[in-house]
Amino acid sequence: MSVDIATQDGVAVVSLKGDIDLQTSPKVRKALLQCMDEKRDVLVDLGGVTYIDSSGVASLVEAFQNARKNGTRFALVGVSQAAMRVLQLARLDRVFAIHPTLEEGLKVKP
Amino acid sequence: MSVRPLVSHRFQARPSRLRRVRQLVTQAALRAGCAEDGVLDLVLAVDEACQNIIRHAYQGKGGEIQLTVRRDGEHLVIQLLDYAPPVDLTTIQPRPLDELRPGGLGTHFMRSVMDEITYVPPPPGGGNLLQMTKRIEKS
Repeated sequence: MSVDIATQDGVAVVSLKGDIDLQTSPKVRKALLQCMDEKRDVLVDLGGVTYIDSSGVASLVEAFQNARKNGTRFALVGVSQAAMRVLQLARLDRVFAIHPTLEEGLKVKP
Repeated sequence: MSVRPLVSHRFQARPSRLRRVRQLVTQAALRAGCAEDGVLDLVLAVDEACQNIIRHAYQGKGGEIQLTVRRDGEHLVIQLLDYAPPVDLTTIQPRPLDELRPGGLGTHFMRSVMDEITYVPPPPGGGNLLQMTKRIEKS
């Protein structure tokens, strides 16, 4: 599982690829918390996620809550089918802001 | 129930072993004719159940888990045997989803996906034997 953080239009784009599970989700959590500490707007690209479990979802929820406290932006983009299924099971597909592509996500201004 | 299991896999109760478990469950579900959506759901439920054993039954201290996947007619029957002290069933509850907080989703996923989840008597020397059943939705 890889975590890549880039900056586009002033927004931190966190790209996740591979399986996010109990072993790898701490890496995701660390990356997202780093962005939260820096009070950055964040888009999480889940296009390359092949699997995500409850620990991975927990990292997204934690970041979402931190962003709300900070007054910064947190959204998901390009959510893979596998990830979307898990978000739907958790009923978080109605909670997170979700955009079909990174380009669409970057167009939205806070 | 079919005599020969689709999967019989004994493994260390560590996060690093879960990827292999997911691969085996995927292969078994596909061999049984499950549709792709159903495969993903099954894998998630088994993974979450294993996580519960790792985190709660063994409290992160390690141990062994025996995974068995069998076909019983139009159902897949998945069993997870651990060697930890018996769990207190009253403490296992999915949390309400209207509470937005990071944890507590694993049990909810399992119950959403599987048709039946129950603890059955373990074999002699066993700790807890979790059995989960799901109807095979054909592709």
